[in-house]
Amino acid sequence: MKAETHKAFPLLQLENVTITLKKSPTRLLVKDVSFTIEAGKTTCVVGESGSGKSLTALSVMGLLSKQLQLSSGRVLFNDSQLGLKDLTTLDAESLRKIRGAKIAMIFQEPMTSLNPVLTVGYQIGESLTTHLGLKGERLKTKISSLLELVGIPSSRANSYPDELSGGQRQRVMIAMSIACEPQLLIADEPTTALDVTVQAQILKLLDELKTRMNMGMLFITHDFGVVADIADNVVVMFRGEIVESGTKEQVLGNPQHPYTKALLACVPDAEGKNPLRPIDYAWLLENQPSLSKAPSLTAGVIA
Amino acid sequence: MTESILVARNLVKTYTQRSGKFGFGTTLVKALDNVSITLRAGSTLAVVGESGSGKSTLARCLLQLQPLDSGEVLFAGEDLAKLNGPALRAVRKNLQMVFQDPFASLNPRMRVGEIVGEGLVIHDVGNSAEQQQKVIAMLKRVGLTEADMQKYPHEFSGGQRQRIGIARALVLQPKLVVCDEPVSALDVSIQAQILLLLKELQAEMALSYLFISHDLRVVRHIADDIVVMNQGKIVEQGAVVDIYQRPQHEYTQNLLAAIPGKKIDLSKKTVNA
Repeated sequence: MKAETHKAFPLLQLENVTITLKKSPTRLLVKDVSFTIEAGKTTCVVGESGSGKSLTALSVMGLLSKQLQLSSGRVLFNDSQLGLKDLTTLDAESLRKIRGAKIAMIFQEPMTSLNPVLTVGYQIGESLTTHLGLKGERLKTKISSLLELVGIPSSRANSYPDELSGGQRQRVMIAMSIACEPQLLIADEPTTALDVTVQAQILKLLDELKTRMNMGMLFITHDFGVVADIADNVVVMFRGEIVESGTKEQVLGNPQHPYTKALLACVPDAEGKNPLRPIDYAWLLENQPSLSKAPSLTAGVIA
Repeated sequence: MTESILVARNLVKTYTQRSGKFGFGTTLVKALDNVSITLRAGSTLAVVGESGSGKSTLARCLLQLQPLDSGEVLFAGEDLAKLNGPALRAVRKNLQMVFQDPFASLNPRMRVGEIVGEGLVIHDVGNSAEQQQKVIAMLKRVGLTEADMQKYPHEFSGGQRQRIGIARALVLQPKLVVCDEPVSALDVSIQAQILLLLKELQAEMALSYLFISHDLRVVRHIADDIVVMNQGKIVEQGAVVDIYQRPQHEYTQNLLAAIPGKKIDLSKKTVNA
């Protein structure tokens, strides 16, 4: 592969990604998922818990747990320096150079994803030292500027995670993830654990950073309200499969698939005009026979 | 005007926080600063605010799970703050709570039948056969089955666990249920199911809810009245319709503006699902 940017390719392209359990390879947890992410654009993956949206994100990073395997498909990452790479074929060493530096991730729980015995400044600095070799004063300055960028006073660099509020911890996570100016940011439900006001701030911050750094963003959520605020493109997943994808205007404005419609309908509206409608799975399966093909998946999804 | 089931007057609760070097100094945090609320019988009063605004402290102080510094809580004419021991326990039969985290609030070593039936045993309601019947009826009502009695909490999904939590609270046929963010840990689709279940049960059992939430979209659907709290103080209260249409206080306006999904109006879409 040539070491130059392939103009024809988007930043990230997933091709027919299928994830199975190692012990029972016939049980498809994620089935034939394909979508693309452009630089400077946000793609939202929407679905309920158990729909495979987090697994899809983890497979991009090569972070699937040992019980799982990516049984087929390609994850093509178009890097400006490395050229076009299939992330599924890379060895651990090359993947490590990409993680954190080129592709970064923000996790859902800001409480559990930070190390409680290290200062936040140290944790932000880790990837800077590893990937860029920054040390001493230059490292300190960079950490300070990153903290300021996400709206935390730089004097807090010596604080431990438990001394910060939930919103501040998530900001620290964001500072960590953008430290090396990655080209792709994966955010796995970054605001689900946060208050509405803090959520609005974090979404605004992510949107600004995306534009300023021309990052591609893969944003995972189950909340269509968040999708409406932040997405350019939307991918809707149901039981391991993509049921609908398109631009935000297409998917939200004119949903085609019954599952998308049902998922949109169960979001409570702030005006209280529409009655609440939980998803009727029996009706869905009856009307969409293609979805009932994977009976092994149905058990865990229905609450 | 319907009669009020719960009246709280001038509640004050102060926490002491260690501060300064080695925590030698102390600062006082006013979690509740002169808070007064009224809950009408059979209605739902929502308490909204950011984390740290004192809404959970309010819930705990109302149920006397935490002592108050001052103020009175009148439930059916009795001041709960003055009751102690057995008298308070007897009143608690009518005051139940549904907790936020469906994973942490169920004892992992108890079977669902024991969890739901524990209140009946404590309050000595009927003999064991009757208790059994009540537990089964309640489980069925919240959408679980008789066979689920023998299972442990880990065998259930988040939505199902929250149903167990609701069954546990309602099996004693309480008058007032405090719901502390009962749906914030759940997916949107499950959220809608649980909210509808709570509404149905309210109509059937003539329940009054004190509903604590930071999600104003959820509150709009379940509450009749609303109290907005910020830093231990009530900044605004009134009927849900009025507050959503004409928020007076700046803080309420900010909360309403922070609701995600403002850019595209989801409510306009016609849905046939």
